[in-house]
Amino acid sequence: MPIKVLIPTPLRPYAGKQSIVEVSAQTVGEALSSLVAQHPDLRKHLFSEDGKLRSFVNVYLNDEDIRYLAKDATPAKETDTITIVPSVAGGV
Amino acid sequence: MALTIPKALLEQVRAHGEQTYPHECCGVLVGQFDEAGGKTVESAIACGNTRTDSPANRYHISPAELTRIQRESMLAGRDIVGFYHSHPDWPAKWSSTDLDEAHWTGCSYVITSVEKGKAVLTNSFLLVGDEQSKHFEDEDIEAK
Repeated sequence: MPIKVLIPTPLRPYAGKQSIVEVSAQTVGEALSSLVAQHPDLRKHLFSEDGKLRSFVNVYLNDEDIRYLAKDATPAKETDTITIVPSVAGGV
Repeated sequence: MALTIPKALLEQVRAHGEQTYPHECCGVLVGQFDEAGGKTVESAIACGNTRTDSPANRYHISPAELTRIQRESMLAGRDIVGFYHSHPDWPAKWSSTDLDEAHWTGCSYVITSVEKGKAVLTNSFLLVGDEQSKHFEDEDIEAK
């Protein structure tokens, strides 16, 4: 069973309107690379020009933020779910 | 295109702002998108405001909470259709901070003004465009 990547609403237009994309990978970084290989339009919405995840893009491996794991090198296995979640914030 | 929400849920959203006053409240709206571009809210999930450093004029929803809500919604065949927060003693209109921090294009941002502890006006704004062109458009709320 491939890794499932959950695509949030704002990014679905760039992922063929899909809410879930399946990828095969050993790490979260490979999974995201596979994702943008399948859907190249996603790249600029996920990554800045230096190739790093944009600051407001949160990536979770199951229930854990990859920032607090091994970031792109975080190991991923077939039963895992990767969730991409843009930040929600604001104020007056 | 409008945001359709049961009256009871709209009152729940407004009441949340009164409960957290003088601090901003925040939450997630879960429901369905329709093919015409409208949205129907089926549940309003109150969230914690992680901006404990400045809760009177800032809000932030924990990404961990968002992740859980996103996953559970999708498993139930539903979707995140928007978010809500309150403006204590401030108009129910998006601010420059609201726009800077908005990234969920296609979703509704619902804002309630809470004056002296009482919810006054609730407005909805649709986020349109990408990070370079994003802007809010006024959106009708249909409370049924």
